[in-house]
Parts: sequence; structure tokens; C-alpha cells
Amino acid sequence: MRHVKIIALMVAVVFIAMTTAAVAGTLQEVRQRGYLKVGVNGSVFGFSMPDKKGVWKGLDVDTAKAIAVAVFGDASKIKYIALTAVQRLPALQSKEIDVLCRNTTQTLTRETVNGLNFCHVNFYDGQGFLVPKKLGIKSAKELNGATVCVLPGTTTEMNAADFFRKNGMKWKPVVIEQSAELNKAFFAGRCDVITSDSSQLAAIRSIAPNPKDYVLLPEIISKEPLAPVVRHGDDQWYDIVNWTVMALIQAEELGITSKNVDKMLQSSDPRVKRFLGVTPGLGKDLGLDDKWAYNIIKAVGNYGEIFERNVGVNTPLGLKRGLNALWTKGGLMYAAPFR
Amino acid sequence: MNESDLLRENPAEVVKPPPTSVGVLGWVKSNLFNGYFNSFLTLITLFILYKTVPPFIRWAFIDSVWCPDCAEACKKAAGACWSVIISNIRFIIFGFYPYDEQWRPLIAMLLLFGLIYYSSKNKNWKKSLIYVWVVGLFVMGTLMKGGIFSLPSVESTKWGGLPLTLLLSVFGLTAAYPLGVILALGRRSKMPGIRWLSILYIELIRGVPLISLLFMASIIFPLFLPEGITINKILRAQVAIILFTAAYIAEVVRGGLQGIPKGQYEAAESLGLNYVLTMRLVILPQALKIVIPPTVSILISAFKDTSLVVIIALWDLMKTTQSVLSHPKWMGFSPEAYIFLAILYFLGCFSMSNYSRKLERELGQGELR
Repeated sequence: MRHVKIIALMVAVVFIAMTTAAVAGTLQEVRQRGYLKVGVNGSVFGFSMPDKKGVWKGLDVDTAKAIAVAVFGDASKIKYIALTAVQRLPALQSKEIDVLCRNTTQTLTRETVNGLNFCHVNFYDGQGFLVPKKLGIKSAKELNGATVCVLPGTTTEMNAADFFRKNGMKWKPVVIEQSAELNKAFFAGRCDVITSDSSQLAAIRSIAPNPKDYVLLPEIISKEPLAPVVRHGDDQWYDIVNWTVMALIQAEELGITSKNVDKMLQSSDPRVKRFLGVTPGLGKDLGLDDKWAYNIIKAVGNYGEIFERNVGVNTPLGLKRGLNALWTKGGLMYAAPFR
Repeated sequence: MNESDLLRENPAEVVKPPPTSVGVLGWVKSNLFNGYFNSFLTLITLFILYKTVPPFIRWAFIDSVWCPDCAEACKKAAGACWSVIISNIRFIIFGFYPYDEQWRPLIAMLLLFGLIYYSSKNKNWKKSLIYVWVVGLFVMGTLMKGGIFSLPSVESTKWGGLPLTLLLSVFGLTAAYPLGVILALGRRSKMPGIRWLSILYIELIRGVPLISLLFMASIIFPLFLPEGITINKILRAQVAIILFTAAYIAEVVRGGLQGIPKGQYEAAESLGLNYVLTMRLVILPQALKIVIPPTVSILISAFKDTSLVVIIALWDLMKTTQSVLSHPKWMGFSPEAYIFLAILYFLGCFSMSNYSRKLERELGQGELR
């Protein structure tokens, strides 16, 4: 009797392994499962972080919601999985998650060696410097001999080292593991300057005893295009995530917001009609509902709304659009044509 | 008239000790100021206490901010900002558990404390205790997971905060203990296969830090699973903690086994007891009693080690607190939050060590002659 049970169990395991291996693509898998598995950071305010009721908020979270809406028409069909910097890429490779929205910088090795595809950028970040105003420094080029507060083991530290070497300047890094402690050290004057991604520096400045005493230097010393990531080898899924991000941008360019999207259905502009699925076709080509873009904008709003809601000037981060403005307004946000 | 009557009529004069050696003064003299060096140490200690305690009390109580949701008042106040705890207490304790359902983990935790308290009394150590635990665990599992009795289902990925810490420690410790005992017996086994396997296991696990085991469980292990199969992250961490703690317990128990005189084994053999009965009735009861202190210190450190799951992004008590602290509104108030955590952990560890002392006293009755 016992042998029968063991054999039955083994057959069942093999069967499950075979059936799951036979499933065609990520889209079908996600649809069968009934929810989207998204890897997020969890500790970066404005990008992905739970509020005090445990509800996920942030720009990366809204991007993930847009993908869930594109697939299901429902922003709640998501499971968020918080990942550390080391875990994030293996989690995607081992199919623990379907898509990674965790302020991850697009680089060549991550695409090639790690076998990943970065979709359209949802936030252009870059490393900068924050200094107390009383030092009277106007440019990062004047930082010769400065002590610099920096987190260890990140690209941030290497970028800073590159910057100082390139400009023939000396620097003394003050390396502290915990970002809360790092900030304290900076405010206490243990270092002259703190360096990090500029979105982070804005957050750091906002918690200063007196934010007006600190100033961001104009130099941005690295490019940090942050984008959602998917695995190699599933082009349909890549298209869906890629065009979901572009749909957010396109909607802003067309002036479609979550508030006026119903009115825009009556628009006579052929671009709007195609985009919202009034003229059918685009959604079907992606393997989605023709109303996909309408649903996204209705549920989460366009890119501008998402930006202002999570990191914009009226939030504690208080970021200006900068590089993240539309290309028509001097930024880099540019969606390919929807046709 | 004999001697005792004489004494009764003329009691000898009672000579009182000098006033400087009795009462408060005597205690102070013999404990704090007996000799120049100790007097010097006492003065230094008093000075340090004078310098640190009043400012701490001022910071923690007098100048502190207690009202909920007043981050602005906190920034102006000179003292502690307990507001960070009060405003976020539910997220710190329960993590992602749905807000309206948080009474469920609360009841489950109270139930767990009740069960632990009930089992700590040795008059309750009967077979029925097992049934009590089975029922208790079932009720707790149902409360946490839901899905039946019209309770909405809550996935284990949403468990966090204190319930998760307790889950990892209580199950980690209770599963690791028997495993550790088995490994210790295996290491002393006369069968070379079992002995070498036990040695290999214990030395391999003890040779790596817990962090690397957690990393393996969370990052490397999933890469070897067949496609489409994922094992719950909490379960993976739980197994890693059990495997790790068991190896340490095994070595402690082995120490106890070696402390039992050979005569005990021989006596059991001469009674005709087989291996299982020898161990169960004669050797283990004595051996495990000897090693209560080191076992408890391993359990205590394992309890504290569960906070390492932070690095694999499980939302235990530590991680929920850190998450609250990364909100710009509360970023500066890490001391308050960590003091709160320290108090919670202290309560856990202190009650464990307290209980172990009580257990030693009760079980050690036979040795008091």
C-alpha cells in the first residue's frame, strides 16, 4: 500500500513538472494563475513602499499595476514580492516573478550575461551630490579633498571613485552600511557631501532639520535609467510590458488623463481613437483586450499623473520632472507611435 | 539547679554588632565600599549613572512626543519621538496582513502565548498536551490562512511582522530540537554510515554562517527547481533556520551524552533494555537535563537570529520597522524604533532564560540531598 502511494506521488510530481514546462508563454501562465507576480524594492519611498496600512504605493508599484490592468483589466490582481538587490535578478531567472519593477538600472551586462530584457524606462535617475549651503560650493569640481558619505558595495561608490579620479581630485569616502545612519552622519557634519541617486538625495534633503540649508550640485555623474525587466526568450511578454510603459507616456502626450479618459472616447483625433481602442486592432495585436490602454489610464492615470502622485513636487520627495518630462517639454520621455 | 535554668534566669548580655556593619549602612559598607579600589569603582559608577540616567529619562519621557501622527512636532521636540511607533504600530506588528483582518493574527498570537504558558507548567505534561497543541495549531493556522468558515483567505506571502517572527522562531526551535537530538545520537552511533553522515551534516552546517544558508535557500535553491515550481519563501527560510539550529543543538546534546557515566549504559543493558528504551528511559532524561543551560542559550540566539531573514526580504519584525524608517516622514527616528524592537526581543529572550532557570530548579529536585 505504501509503495503504491509513493509511486502515485512520484507520478504526480513528474506530471506537474511536465505540464508546467509545457505552458507556452508568460502571458498564458499569468492568465492561468490569475495574478501577476511582481518583484519590487519595498524600502524606497516614492517608488515602492507599503504605507502604514500595508498598501503598496509608488511609481514602480503603479507601473506594475498598469501591467496587471493590461492583462486582467484589474489593478488588484498582483502579488508583490519584495526583493533585495542581490535577489532581484535570480528571482526573475528562476521564474519566481514575472516582471521586476525595482528601480533597476539598465546596463549591457545585465541584458547579456544575466539574460534579461529591459523595457521602456519609467524613471531617468542619475547620481548627484548634496552639500550644505554654508560650504559655498557651486560645482562638484570644487570638491577636491572632500569627505564623502556613500553607501558601500553599490555602483554609487564606484561612480564616485571614477568621478574623482577622472577629475584628478582627492576624496575620503565615509562608508556606512545603513542609509538611515548614513544620513545622520551627513547631517551631523561627519562628511562634507553625500552622494547617491538624485531621487534619493531629494528624499534625504526633505528629512534634514532645515532642508533649505542644503543644495543639490548641478553635476549628474552617472546615467541611471530605471526600467521594468523581463526574462529573455518571451518576446510577447516583453512587448506587453514595454508598450504598457509607453502607453502611460503616450497618454500624457495625447492629453488623456484618468479623469477625462471617458470623454476622450468621443475624440475625433485618429491617434486617440486608435490608442483607446475605439478603432480596434492594437490591443489584439499584443494579445490583449482592445480596451487595454483605456483600462490602464482609467485605473492608474497617465505617466504625468503617476509621477506627480508619487514623487512630484507636492510629495515629500518634491522632485521636478527634469529628464522625466515629455520629449516635447525638454525631457526624455518619448513613446514610439501607436499604430 | 542545672545549667540551662541558670542561663534562663541570668541571660547573657546581648552584644550588638557595631551600627556600621548592620542595616543599610552595613550593606553599603560591605558591598560598595569595602576597600579603596572598590570604593573608587563605586564612585566612578555613580558618576557615570548620574551623567547618563537623568538625560536618558529626560529624552525618553519628559521631552518626548507621544501623540499619534505628529512627525512635525517630533522634529521640533528635543526628546524621543514615540510617535513613530504609535503611528505605525499596526504595520510594525502585522506587516502586510490586510488591515481589516488584523484581529486574526492578534488572536492567533494570544493563543500561542496561552499555549506556551500552559505547556510550561510541568503538571500539564501529559499525553493530552499533544492534542491541545494539535488543536491549537489548527486554530492558529485557520485564523492566519483563512479560506474557511467565511474568513477571507490571506496568503502566507502577506504574513509579516511579529506573527512571522514568532512563526519562524517557535517552529524553528521546536523542530530543530528533536532533529538535533537525533543527530547527536547519530554522531555517537556505532554504525559507521549513520555516524559519518551525522558528522558530515553537523560540520558542514556549523562551518557556514546562517546568512549564507539563508541566501542559498532564497537565491540558489529556486534555480534548481523544475520550471514553474516555486516553494514559498517563508518555508525556505524556515527550513534553513531549522537545519542550522539543529546542528548546534546536536553538539550540545552530544556533550550531555558524554557526561553520562558508562555505568548507566551498562546498568540499562543489564536490565535487558534495547537501544531505544535505554536512550528514552535512562540516558536522554539525564543528558538533556544536564544541558539545559547551553541548550537555552542556543535557543535564545536562534530566536534573535530569525531577524536575519531581513536580508532575504522577508517582512519580519525587523524589516517592517526598517520599512517604516525609510519613509521620509519618519527617517530620523531610528533610535526610538530600535529601542522598541529591543524591548520586544528582550521580553522574548528574558522569559526564555527565566523559564530555563525554573525548569532546572524543578528537574534538579532529585539532586538536592
